Amino acid sequence: MSKLYTGAEIVFKCLEDQDVKFIFGYPGGAVLPIYDELKNHNSIKHILVRHEQGAGHAAEGYARSSGKPGVVLVTSGPGATNVVTALTDAYMDSIPLVCISGQVPTHLIGTDAFQECDTTGITRPCTKHNWLVKDIKDLSKVLHMAFKVATTGRPGPVLVDIPKDIQFAKTNYFKPKKDKKLNGKKKNKFSSSEIDELMNLILKAKKPVIYSGGGVINSGPEASEVLREFVRLVGFPITSTLQGLGAFPGDDNQFIGMLGMHGTYEANNAMHDCDLLINIGARFDDRITGKIDEFSPKSKKVHIDIDPSSINKIIKVDLSIVGDVNEVLNAIVKKINKKQNGLKISNKQNISKWWEQIQKWRTKNSLGFVNSEKTIKPQHAVQRLYELTKDQDTFVTTEVGQHQMWAAQHYKFNKPNRWMTSGGLGTMGYGLPAAVGVQIAHPDKLVIDIAGEASVLMTMQEMSTAVQYNLPIKIFVLNNQYMGMVRQWQELLHEKNYSESYSEALPDFVKLAEAYGCKGIKVDNPNELDAKIKEMIDHDGPVIFDCQVDPNENCFPMIPSGKPHNQMILGPTDEKKNKITGKGKALV
Amino acid sequence: MAKPKSAYSIPTKKGKLDTHIIVVWVDNEAGVLARVVGLFSGRGYNIESLAVAEVDATKNISRITIVTTGTPQVIDQIKLQLKKLVPVHKVADFKREDKNVIFKEMALLKVVGKKKKIDKCLKACKSLNPVILDKTKQSVVIQVTALRRDIDKMSKKLKPFGLTSTSRTGAIAMTRGADTFK
Repeated sequence: MSKLYTGAEIVFKCLEDQDVKFIFGYPGGAVLPIYDELKNHNSIKHILVRHEQGAGHAAEGYARSSGKPGVVLVTSGPGATNVVTALTDAYMDSIPLVCISGQVPTHLIGTDAFQECDTTGITRPCTKHNWLVKDIKDLSKVLHMAFKVATTGRPGPVLVDIPKDIQFAKTNYFKPKKDKKLNGKKKNKFSSSEIDELMNLILKAKKPVIYSGGGVINSGPEASEVLREFVRLVGFPITSTLQGLGAFPGDDNQFIGMLGMHGTYEANNAMHDCDLLINIGARFDDRITGKIDEFSPKSKKVHIDIDPSSINKIIKVDLSIVGDVNEVLNAIVKKINKKQNGLKISNKQNISKWWEQIQKWRTKNSLGFVNSEKTIKPQHAVQRLYELTKDQDTFVTTEVGQHQMWAAQHYKFNKPNRWMTSGGLGTMGYGLPAAVGVQIAHPDKLVIDIAGEASVLMTMQEMSTAVQYNLPIKIFVLNNQYMGMVRQWQELLHEKNYSESYSEALPDFVKLAEAYGCKGIKVDNPNELDAKIKEMIDHDGPVIFDCQVDPNENCFPMIPSGKPHNQMILGPTDEKKNKITGKGKALV
Repeated sequence: MAKPKSAYSIPTKKGKLDTHIIVVWVDNEAGVLARVVGLFSGRGYNIESLAVAEVDATKNISRITIVTTGTPQVIDQIKLQLKKLVPVHKVADFKREDKNVIFKEMALLKVVGKKKKIDKCLKACKSLNPVILDKTKQSVVIQVTALRRDIDKMSKKLKPFGLTSTSRTGAIAMTRGADTFK
């Protein structure tokens, strides 16, 4: 007879077999048996956070930057409820997480026991699936299944709730089953006639645009490679969603910037005027589409997505291809290469006028801003940060708000998995713990959280985690003393009634850094900015960088409420730039 | 109502609503009904009626029949979202007008009154082939199996004859002919 293991041992055996190296967690009464077992498993390192939400976001940062699932371990009751925000965030942004939560012993379930809550009930709508393990015999099967559900198809979070008595109970351990059927069967979901149809559309297009999203990142680094090959072959302009940044090089000439609410003028106009729209791994989010009725009215729409429920959910499309981005793009590239001679000449000529139009839009320089000698403009700060870090492999996380949009607009990403941001849920406080997770996955790389002072205070306690594990994360706070995006909406849409958006009693971030045992840097003079940024980068250890910026700066361009893509508000430089547009027109 | 200023998205016109019967085969496990129903409430879909019971005890399969209304786009979403749930095996969708599908609901009706009234009442519902399950001097319990709208009509008709309680199931569905839904 084979050896019997306790539930706690089985948890670790599963984690080992799933090749888990790190768990982000926080102990408590109902997970003590699992924590007790931790010491016997050297290949798995536990990262102690300071709040369970931080564990969740750290695991997200780990997963997004490494392509592996993030693992979270929390206790029952408050431990589980605290992680709900992170699970929902991961669900919205399709990030694979496996959350293991402790639960009160099975005989106490339903009795309002100490630290009991209906964890599977609470997390049902914010996970792909969850399990309450009531029988020890199910445990190994459920845990392996949990990893499979989290990582296959459209990735997402799952939760396994394990009552304390199950952690003590003993049974046999079962290794994960190898999937035989999945190979081959799942790969060819899409048909070659769909690829042919797409080829036809590509050949006919005169004003095409490619709109890529987080699905390309989730499909793995090869997907980004093949996307680049595809885009170069067809010569089309490409725009990206917030989540998709980095899949295509941000400084490439074919890249026309991010689209959507704070996207570039050229990207949004291209979306509006195009005759062929190819959506690759994006989901027509409302911050992308603006007014649905007037969204890209003249185009044939193609949607490539692994999740069939994403198709026709918001925008009706003419051609849908359900499949993994990497496989679909590979099929297209193969097809194009077969026909290459015909395509290379005719198609690029077809779209040359379109490129002229895009160049005209580009001359608007919609990301422009009026720089200042006296105060630091937040956009300038991001641009300098980019210039001073672009020569090394840098990972950027963000919080949520104006700083997030400025980071997306002005920091150019050239590789996938380098950009971690909370897009779907828009969770303030995501960036700092996410940076912790990213640094765990990439200990020798530069990891920067471009933050706002309001957001970062929501999970500031995780600095303590960073210090404990010597994680040299850089918290680059664009401090404007306001909840900037709220302030901006109040200025533009609520008659400048700045209701509760000003933070009156902000901490001294330098002293705060010192209190945590790390370095604090403060800068308010534009002339000192570069030197201070260098000081931050060169410091071997975590840094809180308090960058005092102009509190009244707004994030432009912007599509205002209920407007289509071609009715953007441009920034204060617009009038001046109009003249340049005139000149620009003469040039092309 | 004035347009909310900071609303980014303004609801667009709604399309025509159709009634569909969605049949879902699921693993009969704890919480599976909550997953299905939670999906409907969480995404704002409508449930007109719901019927669920285990249909295969060896394979542990339950069959859930849901009557819902929605635009064609919403109905598509309902099916696709249901298929994403882990315990869901397959999803069938029938239009209410579909001639190839049999829809039935059952109702238990209790009528209280004198013999005359009860006789009148039994006569009135003859068209629905009533089954008398219980009869006393002052009351009768009738079982009818029919379409929802016929049962609706019937209960209206029976009100004056002393109908005191009604208990109804949700609709269940089965295709006609030898074919089964794969």
